[in-house]
Amino acid sequence: MSGVVKDPWARLRAATPARIGLGRTGAGLPVAASLEFQHAHARARDAVHRAVDWQALRDALAPREVIGVASRAPDRATYLRRPDLGRRLGAGGEALGGAGCDIAFVVADGLSADAVQAHAAAVIGACEPQLEGLSLGPVVLAEQGRVAIGDEIGAALGARLVVLLVGERPGLTVADSLGAYLTFDPRPGCRDSARNCVSNIHLKGGLGYGAAAAKIGWLAREALRRGLTGIALKDEAPELEAEERGRLAGD
Amino acid sequence: MTLYRATLGGTRYVFDDLRQTMAAATPLRSGDELAGIAAGSEAERVGAQAVLAELPLKTFLTEALVPYESDAVTRAIIDDHDAAAFAPVAHMTVGQFRDWLLSDAATAPVLARLAPGLTPEMVAAVSKLMRNRDLIAVARKVRVEVAFRNRLGLPGRIGSRLQPNHPSDDLKGIAAGILDGLCYGIGDAVIGINPATDSVANAAGLITMLDDLRQRYAIPTQSCVLTHVTNSIEIMNRGAPLDLVFQSVAGTEAANDGFGVSLPVLEEAHQAALSLGRGTVGDNCMYFETGQGSALSADAHHGVDQQTLEARAYAVCRRYRPLLVNTVVGFIGPEYLYDGKQIIRAGLEDHFCGKMLGLPMGVDVCYTNHAEADQNDMDLLMTLLADAGATFLIAVPGSDDVMLNYQSLSFHDIAYLRNSFGLRAAPEFEAWLEGMGLVDEGGHLIDGTAGAQRLLGGAVA
Repeated sequence: MSGVVKDPWARLRAATPARIGLGRTGAGLPVAASLEFQHAHARARDAVHRAVDWQALRDALAPREVIGVASRAPDRATYLRRPDLGRRLGAGGEALGGAGCDIAFVVADGLSADAVQAHAAAVIGACEPQLEGLSLGPVVLAEQGRVAIGDEIGAALGARLVVLLVGERPGLTVADSLGAYLTFDPRPGCRDSARNCVSNIHLKGGLGYGAAAAKIGWLAREALRRGLTGIALKDEAPELEAEERGRLAGD
Repeated sequence: MTLYRATLGGTRYVFDDLRQTMAAATPLRSGDELAGIAAGSEAERVGAQAVLAELPLKTFLTEALVPYESDAVTRAIIDDHDAAAFAPVAHMTVGQFRDWLLSDAATAPVLARLAPGLTPEMVAAVSKLMRNRDLIAVARKVRVEVAFRNRLGLPGRIGSRLQPNHPSDDLKGIAAGILDGLCYGIGDAVIGINPATDSVANAAGLITMLDDLRQRYAIPTQSCVLTHVTNSIEIMNRGAPLDLVFQSVAGTEAANDGFGVSLPVLEEAHQAALSLGRGTVGDNCMYFETGQGSALSADAHHGVDQQTLEARAYAVCRRYRPLLVNTVVGFIGPEYLYDGKQIIRAGLEDHFCGKMLGLPMGVDVCYTNHAEADQNDMDLLMTLLADAGATFLIAVPGSDDVMLNYQSLSFHDIAYLRNSFGLRAAPEFEAWLEGMGLVDEGGHLIDGTAGAQRLLGGAVA
C-alpha cells in the first residue's frame, strides 16, 4: 500500500452522492464546504418561495388554450401551513366548463416554482404525440395548488382523466424536480391511493422528458381503457424504467 | 364531573372536556391549527394551562382521551399502569407535579422508580406547563441506561446513529458513508440504514453487509436496516444476522394500523430478536422511530393534540425495552411544525416525555426544505439536547441525507458536542476508536489521516 495518498476519500467519493470526505477544522466544516451547503439550501428555499412566472408559462404553452385558476390558499405562508386549502379550487374556477374531454393537463406550482417553470411546458409537449387520437382539454394553471386540486378542476372540465404536473419538494441536489399525477374520473374526495405518479422528472440524472412522456402516455391510455388509476394499474405497468431511463435521461 | 374552567385576571376560560383542554394548552404549532384544535388565542392557551395546573394527575387514569374500548394503545397504557410506582405523586395536581419535578426532591433514582407509574397523558400535560429550560432541567436528571454491544445513556456521554443512506442502496456507496462516519467517531448507538427499496431481499443483503463490516473491524456497536417489522421477522427466519428490529410507531391504534403494525406483531418480533442473543453486554434489541403529526397525517388523531399523541407512542415503545427510540422531529413538514421555533420546542418536549416514561430517548434533529428552518435552528436544538442529556442523536454525511432528501445533523456536529461540552461516546466504542487511532484518550478526534488510512486500507482489502 502506498503511504502517499493525498486525499484518501477521492476513490470513495465516486461511490456516493453523499457529502463524504469534507475535511474538518477542529470539529467545524471548512469554509468552502460550508458555503457550498448553504448555497444548495438557499437554492432549495428559493425554489419553494419563488413565484412561478405564469405569463412566461402561458407563452411557452401557446397556442394551446390556457385557463388560470388559484387554490384557496391566498399566499405561500398559508399554503405551507394549510395543505387542505391548496387542494381546493378558489378564484377562476367559474371559467372551467365546456364539452368535456378525455384528458386535461393541470399545472400546479406545488413546492417548486423552478420545476414548473423549467419542465412543465416541455413535458406537456412531449406527452401530446403519445396521446394522439384522444381529446385534450385546455391546460389549467393552478396557483398555490396541490395535487388534489386537479380533482375539482377535472370534474369541472368534464375530463375523464386528469394529468397534474406539480413541483416536488426540493432537495439539496435537485431543486427543480417535477411530478406527474394521473387520476381517472377526477372528482372531489378522490383518495391518493387512486392515483398513479411519475416522479423525479428533471434533467440532472432524473427522468427525462421523453421517458416521462412514455410512462405518462402508457398510464393514460391504460387508465382510459380500464377505467381506473391507482394501485391496480401500477402493479401491471411494464418495466419501462431502467433501460429507457438510462437512454432518455439526457434528452 | 370534572369542570374544565379557570379564571385568570378576571377573564373566564371554559373548555368542554379534557381533550380540548390539552389541545388548547399546547404551545402553538401548525399541526394543531391544521386539525382545528389549537387555542383560539394566546390568552386562551394560558387559560387552558391554568385549568391543567389545577387538574389532579389521577384524572388521566379515569378519563381516556382516546376510548379504551376502541384503541389498543389506550388499553396498553391503562393495563400497564403501575399504581404502586404512581403512589408518591398520586395526590398531586398537574401543576404541583411540575413544581415537584423541578425541585431537588425529584432526583434521578426517584424519577426512575416513578416512570412505570406515569402515563403518556400525564407527562404530556405537565410538559405543557413547562418552558424549554424546564424541559431541559428535568430531562437532564433522568438516567436511562440500555445496552447491546455497548452501553448507552451513561452520565457524561452522548451516542450517535450513523445514517449512511444511499439513493439506490449501493453497497459501496453505503460503505463509503460508514467509513466517513467512523472517522468522526460516529455510530455507537447504531449504524442504521433507511433502505431505498423496502423488500426482504434487499434488507437482508444490507444487514449481511453491515454485519460483515462490523466484524471485519471488530466494532463494538450494533447495526440496523430500518425496514418494516414484518420484514425483520422474515429476515430473522431466514437466518440473516439481524441485531435490532426497527419499527415506526404512533400513538393510536388507527395510526399504527396505517403503519401496518400492531402490538402482538411487535411482541413477536421482540421475542424473536431476543432469542437470537446477539447482544454482548445487554439485550435491548428494539429500535423505534416516532414523530409528532403522524397520527394526524394518517387521519387517526381522535381530536387529540399531536404532542400528547406522540407521548402515547412512547407507551407503545416502552413495552419492548428498546435500545433506541428517537423522534424524527422536523421530518414531517411545516404543516405540523412550521418553523425552527416549533421544531425546537417539539424536540425538547419529545425528549422530556420519552425520558420521563423510561425510554432511552434520542432525536433526529432535522428539517425539510419547505419548513421555515435552517441549520442554525438545528445548531440550537442539538446543543440544547446535549445539555438535556439525550441518549443519542442522528448524523448523516454533511447534514444532507441524499436518499430521504432532508437535512439532519452532520458527523461534524457530533464532534462539536464532544469537543465543546466534553461529552463522550459509549465506553466500549470509544475504546475501539482509540485503538484505531481515531481519537485520543480524551475522546477528541486526532488530526492527520493515519486513522482514516487504517480504516480505508481495511475496506480495500
